[in-house]
Amino acid sequence: MDLYEYQARDMFERHGVPVLAGIIADTPDEAQAAAEKIGGLTVVKAQVKVGGRGKAGGVKVAPTPADARNAAEAILGLDIKGHVVHRVMVAAGAAIDKEFYFSVLLDRANRNYLALCSYEGGVEIEQLAEERPDALARVAIDPSQGIDLDKAKDIAAQGGFPENLIDAVAPVLVSLYEVFTAEDATLVEVNPLVLTESGDILALDGKVTLDENAEFRHAHHAGLADSAGADPLEEKAKASGLNYVKLDGEVGVIGNGAGLVMSTLDVVAYAGEKHGGVRPANFLDIGGGASAEVMAAGLDVILGDPQVKSVFVNVFGGITACDAVANGIVKALEIIGDGATKPLVVRLDGNNVDKGRSILAAANHPLVTLAETMDEGADKAAALAAK
Amino acid sequence: MSIFLNKDSVVIVQGITGGEGSKHTALMLAAGTRVVGGVNSRKAGTTVTHGDVELPVFATVSEAMEKTGANVSVAFVPPAFAKDAAIEAIDAGIELLVIITEGIPVQDTAELWAHAQNVGGTRVIGPNCPGIITPGVALAGITPATITGPGPIGLVSKSGTLTYQMMFELRDIGFSTAIGIGGDPIVGTTHIDALEAFENDPDTKAIVMIGEIGGDAEERAAEFIKDYVTKPVVGYVAGFTAPEGKTMGHAGAIVSGSAGTAQAKKEALEAAGVTVGKTPSEAAALLREVLATL
Repeated sequence: MDLYEYQARDMFERHGVPVLAGIIADTPDEAQAAAEKIGGLTVVKAQVKVGGRGKAGGVKVAPTPADARNAAEAILGLDIKGHVVHRVMVAAGAAIDKEFYFSVLLDRANRNYLALCSYEGGVEIEQLAEERPDALARVAIDPSQGIDLDKAKDIAAQGGFPENLIDAVAPVLVSLYEVFTAEDATLVEVNPLVLTESGDILALDGKVTLDENAEFRHAHHAGLADSAGADPLEEKAKASGLNYVKLDGEVGVIGNGAGLVMSTLDVVAYAGEKHGGVRPANFLDIGGGASAEVMAAGLDVILGDPQVKSVFVNVFGGITACDAVANGIVKALEIIGDGATKPLVVRLDGNNVDKGRSILAAANHPLVTLAETMDEGADKAAALAAK
Repeated sequence: MSIFLNKDSVVIVQGITGGEGSKHTALMLAAGTRVVGGVNSRKAGTTVTHGDVELPVFATVSEAMEKTGANVSVAFVPPAFAKDAAIEAIDAGIELLVIITEGIPVQDTAELWAHAQNVGGTRVIGPNCPGIITPGVALAGITPATITGPGPIGLVSKSGTLTYQMMFELRDIGFSTAIGIGGDPIVGTTHIDALEAFENDPDTKAIVMIGEIGGDAEERAAEFIKDYVTKPVVGYVAGFTAPEGKTMGHAGAIVSGSAGTAQAKKEALEAAGVTVGKTPSEAAALLREVLATL
C-alpha cells in the first residue's frame, strides 16, 4: 500500500525524522485556514500517488493565506496522470540551501535491503541513476544488522556528502531506517532531503510503501487505506475477504490459486481473440477451500459487474475435492437465486473430478455448461461473452 | 534420484497440531513420506495419531532432530510466529526447511533469510509455497501426491495450482521432483537454485520452469540457463493480461512500470534458448516434443 505524502510526513514525524509543519485541506477554505495557522510563506501541494505533480501544476508557493486559498482552488480537482486531486497539504515554506536524495527499499533480487543515497538530489532519481550513476550510492543493508549511526555515516560518505554534513545527516538516515523497519515498509524514499539556509536537515517530501502482510501488527495501517478512488466491486470483494482485481473485459473469471487464475486470464484473452476480442473482466482467487459460501460471495461480486457477459469457473482440485467444489457451485447458485443471470462455464479437474462433474450434470442448471479442459472452457466462455 | 528431497529425508512438522499441519501430516504420510514427529512447545510430550501411526510432539526442533534423526522440517505456523519458528529450525541445523505459511511480512522473511545465510547449513524453500514432492518417495508440503508418479521431468514454479495443473497435463510421463518456490517477493530457494540442482540430477531429463509477473527472477534464471543448463528447458509465464500496479494474488506478483511483465520474461527466456508456451497446455505439448527427441 502506497501512502500519500501527508501520511508519510506524519509517520516520519512520529519516528523523529525532522519535517516541516503540514496541514491537510480538502477545500480552499480549509487551505486558507491552514496557511493562517502555519503562518508565513506556505507551499500548497497536491496529494496524489503519482510522480511529476510539480510539472503538472500540482505544487504552488503561497506567500499569504489568500494565495494558499487560490492555490488550493487551482489544484483541487486537477487531473494528474489520471489521478484526480481531492486533497492538498499546506506545508510551511523553507529556505533551501541544498537538495539531497535518500531511500531504503526491499531488494528482491539480493534478498536484503538497499539504501540509495546521493548528495545531488531534487531531480528525478531514475534520471540521475542513468546519467550520473557514480553520484548515486547503492549500499546493501543486511536485515539482521540494519542501519546504525556508523552505517549511516558510511552511506552518506558513499553518497558524496562532504565531511562537515555527514554528522548532521547521519541521524536522519537512522530515523528513516527506523520508519522502514518499525512500520514494515518496503520503501521509504525522501526526495528531496534538504539542508536549509539555517543549517537544518529536513525531509521535504516522502514516499512510503507498506507491506500489507504486516497489517496484523500495525492496527493503524488499515486506517491509512484509500477508499476514495477504489473500485466499488473491489471494496465489496475485500469486505468478503476475497482476492479480487477488477479488469475491463467481459468474461468473469473465478479460480483457485493465484497462479492458476493469472494463467486463466491469459487463456481467456487468447480465446477472446477468436471471439471479437472479448477480454477477462477480473482476477478472482477463491483459494484452496472453494466452499459454497466463498463461491457464492465470488459469483455475487462478479455478477455485480455490469460489463460481465459470461463467467468462467476454472478449478483444479488439488487437496480440495472437485465434488465439494461442484456442490459449492450448485449451492452458490441457489443462494444467489434470480440474481444469477449470466452463463457459467465450469471446468473441473483433479481430485474426484468424475463425482464433481456428475453433480453438476445432475443439477442440470440452465446457466451452467461444463468444459473438459481449461482451453475449452476459456473458448466457450469467450464465445458466450461475444454473443 | 531427485533434488532436495529423497529416500533419506526424515520429516518433522512445525505446527503439527494445527488444522493445516494436521491435515497435511496425514497426506504426507499417505504419500509415503517418513514423517516422524512434530513440534509445538505447548503440547510437548503428547502425541498425534494418523491412522495406525502415532507421532510424538516435541518442545523444540533440536529435541525433535535429536530424538528422531529428522533432517527436514515443514512449517505450518501462523504468519506472526513463522520467523521465530524458522530461526529455531535454522539454529537447530535442519538441512531443509519448507515454509508453507502464506502472509508472512516480507521483512520477517528477509531477516530469517539473512539468518539462514549467516548460520549456514539450511536450505529454505518458501514461504507461501506448496513445498516439494519427489513422487513415489516423499512429500514435504501440500502438493497433491495423487496427481502423478515418478518420471523424467523436473518442475520448478512460483505457483502451487499451476504446479498441479502442469503435473496433471503431464501425468502420463511423471516427475523426478516438482518444487513450488512460492510467490512472495523474497523466497529461500529460487528458480536458479532448482535449475542448478535439476541440471545435476541424473534422473531429470527435461525441465519445466513456470514463472509469473513481478520481479526479475525469471530474467535472472534465463541468464543462468544460457550459461549453465545443458538439459532442455520449457517455460511458461503467467500474467500477460495483468495491468500495471495491481497485485495479482501473490504478494510478489505485480507489474511496476516496465519491470516484471510476462512479455519481458518470455523474451528473456526465449533468448536463452528456452521454448516458452503461451498456455499451460501449449507448454506441456512443447515438453512432450522435447522428450520425444531425447
